[in-house]
Amino acid sequence: MAVRFTVTSEDWSLHRQGQMDQERHQEKVREAIKNNLADIVSQENIITSDGRRVIRVPIRSLNEYRFRFNWQKREHVGQGSGSTRAGDVIAREDGTAEGPGRGPGAGDMPGHDYYEAEITVDDLGELIFEDLGLPHLDPRKRPDLTSRQYRWEDVRKQGLRANIDKKRTMLEALKRNSLRGVPRIHPIIPEDLRYKTWEERYRPETSAVVLAMMDTSGSMGEFEKYIARAFFFWMVRFLRSKYDNVQIRFLAHSTEAREVTEEEFFTKGESGGTRCSSVYELALRLIEEEYPPGEYNLYPFHFSDGDNLASDNPRAVELVKALLEVSNLFGYGEIDGHGAGLSYYRSSTLYSLYTREIRHPRFVATVIRSRNEVLDALRAFFGPREVAALAGREER
Amino acid sequence: MTARVHAELEDAIARIIDRAGEAGLDFFDMRFEICPADIIYTFGAYGMPIRFSHWSFGKAFHRMKMDHDYGLARIYELVINSDPCYAFLLDTNTLLQNKMIAAHVVAHCDFFKNNWRFRDTNRKMVWTMAAFAGRVRQYEQEYGRDRVERFLDAVLAIHEHVDPLPDPDRGAAAGASRDGAQRPGGRAAGSDQDPYGDLWNLDRYIPAAAAPAEAPRPEGAGPGARGDASRGEPPRAEAGARGAARRPTRDLLLFLLERAPDLEDWQRDILSSVRSESLYFRPQLETRIMNEGWASLWHARIMRDLDLTPEESLEFARMHAAVLAPSRFHLNPYHLGLHIFSDIEARYGTEKLFEVREVDTDVSFIRNYLTRDLVERLDLYLFRKNGDRWEVTRDHSDWEAVRDGLVRLISNCGFPYIYAEDHDYQKRGELYLRHGYEGVELDPHDLTRTLPHVYHIWGRPVHLETVEGDRPVRYTYDGHEVQRRPL
Repeated sequence: MAVRFTVTSEDWSLHRQGQMDQERHQEKVREAIKNNLADIVSQENIITSDGRRVIRVPIRSLNEYRFRFNWQKREHVGQGSGSTRAGDVIAREDGTAEGPGRGPGAGDMPGHDYYEAEITVDDLGELIFEDLGLPHLDPRKRPDLTSRQYRWEDVRKQGLRANIDKKRTMLEALKRNSLRGVPRIHPIIPEDLRYKTWEERYRPETSAVVLAMMDTSGSMGEFEKYIARAFFFWMVRFLRSKYDNVQIRFLAHSTEAREVTEEEFFTKGESGGTRCSSVYELALRLIEEEYPPGEYNLYPFHFSDGDNLASDNPRAVELVKALLEVSNLFGYGEIDGHGAGLSYYRSSTLYSLYTREIRHPRFVATVIRSRNEVLDALRAFFGPREVAALAGREER
Repeated sequence: MTARVHAELEDAIARIIDRAGEAGLDFFDMRFEICPADIIYTFGAYGMPIRFSHWSFGKAFHRMKMDHDYGLARIYELVINSDPCYAFLLDTNTLLQNKMIAAHVVAHCDFFKNNWRFRDTNRKMVWTMAAFAGRVRQYEQEYGRDRVERFLDAVLAIHEHVDPLPDPDRGAAAGASRDGAQRPGGRAAGSDQDPYGDLWNLDRYIPAAAAPAEAPRPEGAGPGARGDASRGEPPRAEAGARGAARRPTRDLLLFLLERAPDLEDWQRDILSSVRSESLYFRPQLETRIMNEGWASLWHARIMRDLDLTPEESLEFARMHAAVLAPSRFHLNPYHLGLHIFSDIEARYGTEKLFEVREVDTDVSFIRNYLTRDLVERLDLYLFRKNGDRWEVTRDHSDWEAVRDGLVRLISNCGFPYIYAEDHDYQKRGELYLRHGYEGVELDPHDLTRTLPHVYHIWGRPVHLETVEGDRPVRYTYDGHEVQRRPL
């Protein structure tokens, strides 16, 4: 019997299994990223990126592991174009090909199925910021100061006498008269009248101000600066993505303090000694001059390596207390690149001084000893209060 | 696809089928289905139009789609070993492409129908898999998606470890177990009466039993000695006491199905269904070089016999060359298979060609028909990593070594042999697995991440003995961490 056959094109549009399982895969990628957030947050390529880049993060848990041979230790078969000899090098580990022909592309070499997820900095931010917020935010501050703006949006034939649009009215008259062969603006008859109408717009004014203060003195090593910047990088992104109305002021200090641009803040270093009181003074002055505490939610954050001029310490404590009087929260982050923790050597740092001298519910201090603790610091300051309180207590 | 193109394709396929029949190909009725790319990628990722849902298929689907979108790779067709035979063509293919693919899949279907390894495959697997997919959905509702997914993760991690050939002693192995009879899933004892049973299982004995015996042991007392004493002795002593009754098996899925102590019914169903899916796909893995070579040989011949316009001939030549392009880093099965088949026909005649497609699998195909001449002509070589360089270790002048190296690579479809040896190791219900080491080490990184999956199914500590740096080592996962101990 002859073989029978059919050729059909059915409607497959309802067949969505591939897409559905792909979504589940993506969901798992998100989960995996969330579980590895602490490591990913402080990755160099993120902090130095312009923030718009797509970053690749290795997701180990989504590889499909099997009992398999160690491909690095076994022989493979290849095929040349006729003159391959033992001893020929066909590729190098860095992926460059030897001799003629194209090099091994991605996945061309014998090797692993190594999964890397792509994620934008914004998406990563969303995951990090999910449960973060400005603590103790008082929404009653400056509610009536939201500025009302009027914008003339439209021109109509009817309206209030006071809102006659003279220019459009004259143009209409000119047009009408011209059609009758007399190109001039009068007479103006009622049909020529045009009225402006407006829309009311509310523009919420800044009611929260974050003062980002960073020690840029000579004692701040590469690691300390990197951590401080990583923290502020995410803090700035977090504030801008979650709040329309937060102002951020950047203050840098060594023995002297000054306000710097955002770019300078993230790029420049200085040298010299450290006098923390200088930056607190500057913060208090800014508050006094520009941000009356009754109208603004104020958040000073200070990052340092804890190394302050001893004679300045009493003044620094006094000023932090003064800042706490007017602020919703004062955050102090100490970066300990020596990994010494709170040992004898570190017993004289600002952290131990502050936590001993300052007993205030809105004072939060944390120590960062490694890269993956940046996320903990963010949570300590901006996390849900119970969590933050716990994190704060742990340090004590 | 317009009605006119559709009619043209139908005409062309009619001629292709006639031509294939005249040439002696013998295949099932064909169902050609024209689909959009997304659907082809789904089938490519799942291996079937409808299969149970799992994120790993979504991952594969995503990768195929990306490769397609970036122009890195294209799937033109997908053919399913079934009766009638389903073949899916991409709706964006040109008419000429679809003709070539139709000729190609008709030859695949002939191979499915005639090669001995496919004889016992379930030709209604499309429906079996669809039914299982439905049950998995049901389990997800009943037992929670995460639980079902976690179990599937575990089963899929070892789904390659099935024994594709019937083992006459399986029943005996299961029955001889201390408590095999108590379990409803366990088989009855007493089928080990065949006096020649041992002969059929020679290959099963050798790697598992010989490798550890020959491997050097660490000397001296202390932890090494203690480890040795507590090691494989109980099972071995037992094996001696019970004679040939106890056999290690490389069908991990079956072993777990029969002996894993705490499986629920839905878990058994998943284990056994994934196992039958693996067994169904297995012959395709075992005959990749032959099957693709066979299909390439016939699509070329059939296309030559069609009246192609000069433009079509050119397009065909280009496409054929692309499919057959060799690679410096791995084997192109289409290319190698086609050359071996052509060589067989030149040397032994056409009748032999059909015989080979019936009685061989890739391993015997390469062993029997990859000649010195072919290795030279195709410039096949072996290479391996040396420091940071990939270096050619054997060239065609060492053709037998190249051939044997290839055979090693495709043995057991490229998977290591893992034998389940004991279900009650140290009398504590622990599972003892042994890698049938044949000179190539396992990847320790992946190994330590796969053991927890086995533990998930077994529910108690799991051991795997293998060889690293010429010495036996044992990995153990106890539910908390993986430990590695030299033996």
